[in-house]
Amino acid sequence: MDISVTLRGQTRDLVLKNPVLTASGTFGNGLEFTPYGDLASLGGIVVKGLSLEPRPGNPCPRIVETVAGMLNAVGLQNDGVEVFCREKLPALPWREVAVIVNIYAASVDEFARLAARLDGEEGVAALEVNVSCPNVAHGGALFGQDPLQAAAVTRAVREAAPRKHVMVKLSPNVTDITSIARAVEDAGADSVSCINTVLGMAVDLPARRPALANVVGGLSGPAIKPVALRCVWQVARAVKIPVIGVGGIVCARDALEFILAGARAVQVGTGSFIRPDCAFSLAAELPAACEQFGVTSLDELRGSLRLD
Amino acid sequence: MQQSAYCRLNVRELTPYGEANGAQGRFFALRLERPAWTGWNPGQFLMLRPASFGLEIPWARPFGICDMTENCLTCFFQVLGRGTQRMARLKPGDEVSVWGPLGKGFALEPDTPTLLLAGGMGIVPFVGYVKNHPKPENVTVLFGHREPLNCYPADSIGERAQWESAQERAPEDRDRFLSRVRERMGECAGKNGLALACGPLPFLQTVRRFSQEIGARAQLSLENRMACGVGACLGCVAQRAGGASVCACREGPVFWADQIVV
Ligand SMILES: Cc1cc2nc3c(=O)[nH]c(=O)nc-3n(C[C@H](O)[C@H](O)[C@H](O)COP(=O)(O)OP(=O)(O)OC[C@H]3O[C@@H](n4cnc5c(N)ncnc54)[C@H](O)[C@@H]3O)c2cc1C
Ligand SMILES: Cc1cc2nc3c(=O)[nH]c(=O)nc-3n(C[C@H](O)[C@H](O)[C@H](O)COP(=O)(O)O)c2cc1C
Ligand code: FES
Repeated sequence: MDISVTLRGQTRDLVLKNPVLTASGTFGNGLEFTPYGDLASLGGIVVKGLSLEPRPGNPCPRIVETVAGMLNAVGLQNDGVEVFCREKLPALPWREVAVIVNIYAASVDEFARLAARLDGEEGVAALEVNVSCPNVAHGGALFGQDPLQAAAVTRAVREAAPRKHVMVKLSPNVTDITSIARAVEDAGADSVSCINTVLGMAVDLPARRPALANVVGGLSGPAIKPVALRCVWQVARAVKIPVIGVGGIVCARDALEFILAGARAVQVGTGSFIRPDCAFSLAAELPAACEQFGVTSLDELRGSLRLD
Repeated sequence: MQQSAYCRLNVRELTPYGEANGAQGRFFALRLERPAWTGWNPGQFLMLRPASFGLEIPWARPFGICDMTENCLTCFFQVLGRGTQRMARLKPGDEVSVWGPLGKGFALEPDTPTLLLAGGMGIVPFVGYVKNHPKPENVTVLFGHREPLNCYPADSIGERAQWESAQERAPEDRDRFLSRVRERMGECAGKNGLALACGPLPFLQTVRRFSQEIGARAQLSLENRMACGVGACLGCVAQRAGGASVCACREGPVFWADQIVV
C-alpha cells in the first residue's frame, strides 16, 4: 500500500514518503537516533528548535516524569542556526528524507531573519514555526495565543522564505485554537501542526518545591493524546491547509486515529523517549495497521470519522 | 541497515541482596539475556524499561553496567521510587527493553595506580572495572556505604583489588570516611595516579574539591536525571568548567573533575 503523502500548501508542497515525522525537541538533530533506525525510512525529521543565536536554556531540573507523560521546561537550548547549518545539516541524509527546521524567535523581525537564513539552505525542506514562545518585543505574550501576532509571524516567515513549505505549530493553551489556525492560514501558512505541549505543573510535596526549576512546563506524552486529537479534529474542520497531528502518538494505531480525526501526517515526540526506535517502528508498522483496520488508503481514512 | 542498539531482553533472574533495615527487597542484582553488543566500557550505562511500565511510566531508567558475560548482562539496583519498585517485581522470562551501551566510561590506564572511590550504589560500575582491569594489583577501592555491606555487589571486587570499606552509621563515620578519601587521594596523586569516583552528588562534590586542593587527576561519574539517554531531551545537561552545557548522557556520565561543575 502506498503511504506517501503530499502536504499541499498555499505556496509550497511538501512531499513525504510516509506520514511519520519526528517532533521537534524530542529527536535531537536526528543524528542521535542513527543507532536505532534508518533516518531515510521516516517521512521527515523535525529537528530541535533553532534560534538565530545560541541559547543556554533553563536551569535544571528541566524535565520531570508524570503519569503517562512528562513535563519539560528545557527553554529551547540550542547552538544557534549557524552551527546547525554548518555542522548538523550536512551530516543529515536530507536528499532521502525531508528535514524540517523548527524555528523560534523573540520578535517578528528575528523570525524573518531566521527564515531568510534558512531559505538559502538546500537541505531544508520546510520550516516549522514555533509560535509557542513569548514575543519579547511585545510585552512577552505568546505569539501563538493571539491571532494577530500569530498571523504577523506567519506572514513574515512566508515572505522571508519563499522557497520553503511553511508549517505553523499551534499551541493548545488558547481559548479557541481554530481562530489561531484560521489566522495563520489567511497569513499564508502551508500547513499547521498541532499540538505543542500543554502547560502544566508538578510539585514535590515532601520538599514543598516545584518539580521544575521553571515552576511550570509543557506536558507531553500519552497523557495529552485526547487533547491533541480534539485540537486536530477542530482545526481540520476550520482550515483547508493540511493538519499534522502531534501529541501522545506512540504506535501505528495512534497515528491512524489522528488521520481519522483529520490529520494528513503525524509527529512522534515523547514516544522516542519511551523507546528510541518508536518513530521508525511506527512507520514500518503503518501498512500492516492499515490492513488490520480495513483502511484502503490514507486519503480514504482521513476525516472519515462517523458522527451519525 | 545497521543493527539497532535497542533490544528486548528476557529477565534471567532477579536476586535480592542483603537486608537493609532488617528487610529484604531494596537491593537487587538483575540478570538479563545477553544483548548483541560488540563491547562496552565500565562506567558506560544502559537505559532499561520493563514492559510492565506500560504507558503509565514513560521513561526508561538509567543503570550502570555491572558486568557482561557470554550469556548474561548484569545490572544492580536499589529501590527508590515508582520505577524501581516495579522493577523489584520482575520475574524470570519477563521482558525488558534495553538500549546501550551509552555514554563514555572511565579512563583505564593499566600501569597507573588507580583509586576507585565509591559511595553507595556508586560501587556498581567498579564491579566491571575491577573485573576487566588487566593489572588489578594497581587498583585500590575505597567504599563508603550506609546499608550493610551484603546489600551491595561488593564480593567479587575484594578478590582482585585492594579493598577497604566503611559503613556509615553516624555522622562522625562520614567525616572519618571522607578524611580517609582525602588521605588516599593524596597518596594516589603522589604516585601520579588516577582517582575515579561514583556516588551521590555531595560525595562527588567533595571528591572534586579534594582533587583541586591536592592536584589529583580525577574523574567523576554523574547521575543526572535522564529521559532518553541519547542526547535528545536535554534534561541531563551539566555545565562544563568553561560554562558550556553538555549532555551527561552523551559526553559523560564520566567527566574529568577539572572539566565539569558539580
Ligand atoms: C548514568 C546513571 C547510572 C546509574 N546507575 C545506577 C545503578 O547502577 N544502580 C542504581 O540503583 N541506580 C543507578 N542510577 C540511578 C537510577 O537511575 C535511579 O535510582 C532511578 O532512575 C530511580 O528511579 P525510580 O523510578 O525508582 O525513582 P523516581 O520515582 O524516578 O524517583 C525516586 C527518587 O530517585 C531520584 N532519582 C530519580 N532519577 C534519578 C537518577 N537518575 N539518579 C539519581 N537519583 C534519581 C529522585 O530524585 C527521587 O528522589 C543511575 C543513574 C544514572 C544517571
Ligand atoms: C523535551 C521536549 C522538548 C521540546 N522542544 C520543542 C521545541 O524546541 N520546539 C517545539 O516546537 N516543540 C518542542 N516540544 C514539543 C513537541 O515537539 C511536541 O509538540 C509535544 O511534545 C507533544 O507531542 P508528544 O506528546 O508526542 O511528545 C518539545 C517537547 C519535549 C518533550
Ligand atoms: S538523557 Fe536525554 S539528553 Fe541526556
